[in-house]
Amino acid sequence: MDALDWARWQFGITTVYHFLFVPLTIGLSFLVAGMQTAWVRTRDDRWLRLTKLFGKLFLINIAMGVVTGIVQEFQFGMNWSAYSRFVGDIFGAPLAIEALLAFFLESTFIGLWIFGWEKLPRKAHLACIWLVAIGTALSAYFILAANSFMQNPVGFRFNPETKRAELTDFGAVLTNKVALITFPHTLAGAFLAAGALVAAVGLWHLIRRPGVDVRDYRSAVKVGAWTTLIATAAILLTGDIQGKIMTEVQPMKMAAAEALYETAQPAPFSILTIGTLDGTEPVWQIEIPGLLSFLATGDFNGKVEGINDLQAQYEAKYGPGNYKPIIPVTYWTFRAMIGFGLLAAAIALLALWTLRRGRVPTSTWLLRAALLLPLTPLAANAFGWIFTEMGRQPWIVFSQMRTADGVSPTVGAGSVITSLSVYTALYGILAVVEVGLLLKYAKAGLPDVVAPPEKPPLDDEDRPLAFAY
Amino acid sequence: MELTTVWFILIAILWTGYFVLEGFDFGVGMLLPVLGRTERERRVLINTIGPVWDGNEVWVLTAGGATFAAFPEWYATLFSGFYLPLLLILVSLIIRGVAFEYRGKRDDDRWRGRWDLCIIAGSAVPAFLWGVAFGNIFRGVKLGPGHEYIGTFWDLLNPYAVLGGVTTLLLFGLHGAIFVSLKTAGEIRDKARGFANGLGIAVAVVAVAFLSFTFAIRSRPASVVLGVLAAAALVGALLMVRRKREGWAFAGTAACIGLTVASLFTALFPYVMPSTGLDVFSLTVTNASSTPYTLKIMTWVAVVFTPIVLMYQGWTYWVFRKRIGVHHIPE
Repeated sequence: MDALDWARWQFGITTVYHFLFVPLTIGLSFLVAGMQTAWVRTRDDRWLRLTKLFGKLFLINIAMGVVTGIVQEFQFGMNWSAYSRFVGDIFGAPLAIEALLAFFLESTFIGLWIFGWEKLPRKAHLACIWLVAIGTALSAYFILAANSFMQNPVGFRFNPETKRAELTDFGAVLTNKVALITFPHTLAGAFLAAGALVAAVGLWHLIRRPGVDVRDYRSAVKVGAWTTLIATAAILLTGDIQGKIMTEVQPMKMAAAEALYETAQPAPFSILTIGTLDGTEPVWQIEIPGLLSFLATGDFNGKVEGINDLQAQYEAKYGPGNYKPIIPVTYWTFRAMIGFGLLAAAIALLALWTLRRGRVPTSTWLLRAALLLPLTPLAANAFGWIFTEMGRQPWIVFSQMRTADGVSPTVGAGSVITSLSVYTALYGILAVVEVGLLLKYAKAGLPDVVAPPEKPPLDDEDRPLAFAY
Repeated sequence: MELTTVWFILIAILWTGYFVLEGFDFGVGMLLPVLGRTERERRVLINTIGPVWDGNEVWVLTAGGATFAAFPEWYATLFSGFYLPLLLILVSLIIRGVAFEYRGKRDDDRWRGRWDLCIIAGSAVPAFLWGVAFGNIFRGVKLGPGHEYIGTFWDLLNPYAVLGGVTTLLLFGLHGAIFVSLKTAGEIRDKARGFANGLGIAVAVVAVAFLSFTFAIRSRPASVVLGVLAAAALVGALLMVRRKREGWAFAGTAACIGLTVASLFTALFPYVMPSTGLDVFSLTVTNASSTPYTLKIMTWVAVVFTPIVLMYQGWTYWVFRKRIGVHHIPE
């Protein structure tokens, strides 16, 4: 393995790790904002208690999301300097705007929200968490616009003099059709993750601590499960459109998602394959006829181009080389993404069924499912990203620059191995800490609350702070 | 004015903002063992920066992003060239950021002790390394064809750059101590002021040495004027500490940091990263920059949104303007 391989592993590991926290952060910020809004509107203490409980889980989680995000921004320059030189004219802008518009909003108002419970009027304090939520969504949009340029480069021209891609139409980069569909798809994935966590915490308390705060935890399960189900519907809808756009702009990725070697009309979709995925006959397969055609084109009879034909086309267009991604990775991550997402929806549906007409679940089976529930959307999100990034290979910017050409030429394997080891060890330790804290506070359950005053008191300089680190 | 010059100035402003703001929270972090003897005192210290440190840190993310957008060649050379120091900085920022949030989440002395170490090291290491990095940017580094950095890690630890690191380390420490004296009440306030008094002399010696060394490497009249003003601001800050005027003292160290950054950038222009070897390999505002179209868009974004950011960040400081003491810390 050389510096390129290590740099790729580092990007993969740090990104997947970062993206375990991001969806939870985005989704929870909105759900917590929603709960706090419910409290401000109804003055029902149940919503304040839920706000405090999930707000705490949100803060434990966002801390990790923020610090691992710093690595992401600096990594482009550290490990991928040739890439940064090539696309800096285009790629840097959404990143800088993300920092200016989104990160400042998030980080400033999160501070105000954490410490401002009794320092700000009730509605101003509520506005803070909404601004945090908006910040997280804005941040997602700008980073996805940057990523979408790598999937489907638009709004630029290649300048042979400077040998770099130069921006010609920023509007086109921001309204890239890949970005416009990836944004709602990713947001829906975030709501899936957060909804599943909220529902799971509620279920755990209802089953393990029967009779304690039943009314409140039922609300949590309902909010969480409905969020999960609505998010699933949004994911399917946006994923479907995304598949068709992907077929149009990156046909190789769609072919690789099915390991479809020969062009077919209609093309079937296989749920599972036993055997190799190298284009020879599989040992055993469950296939749904015409489904890939539908996913790719919207027509059960549509034509889907196969890997071999695309390889020949790309060779003619871009010169000799291997233009196939690693097929088993794309094939299985695509299925894992869909499978884990649907599993979350199934568990959420089951949970809602057990709550019908005022019932309270007692099943230990449901408890086991509840423990699985928050993990499946995270797995779905991670596999989705691995699929979308690995499916683009060998390109770092599709059709413009190969990944192998984007790596920093002067950074040796030793440096990359050092940083990869440091991050892996550090992230490993922090993962244990984070999971430990999340479990501790999730199990501790709803806090006793005293509703803060409508307006902050002006007097009493010596009163202890309502919240302090 | 050329847009490349505008962006050179904007990036200088972003770094100024970063060092002035995160400078004091780095200072508070590294003084944790010095000014915070008891658990309650440490909590007072951490809570002086609790609501604001995260917003302060975004300045560096914005500086990094803006460099990427406006001067991609600079961004690429700088970040790949200074690989290991940057890795150390990133690791520091990670453990420090997590520590603030996680420290109080368990009632356990060993747990808190470990996070305290993360806060202390996570504050001191970047405070030192940013100075080293800027020393090297200013002094110039070995650049080769394609503007790639061709020196080693050890080349970055040259005497001038290390002096730069010691300067930022001590200056941020002083800035932090003065901030503590401004934001706290009672015993801890007196302790912080006393400490700032003592540290101030060391800072003055190092800062004057650093500035003189700087002028010897590269200077123009305006940069010397700014450097002298920076020294004057520092002296003013120290006098104000003695007179117990903490607000003015804090303004003094803030001005000192801002003027030092301004002096360095003024002397550096039009370079952004000079080569110590052949000058053709040097990075300047022209050969490192994005296209005029990208710069134009970024200028509009900056003009519209920077004032908004400044307003709401300023408001945060207003909301949390009260001094705090040990009696404010809840159980």
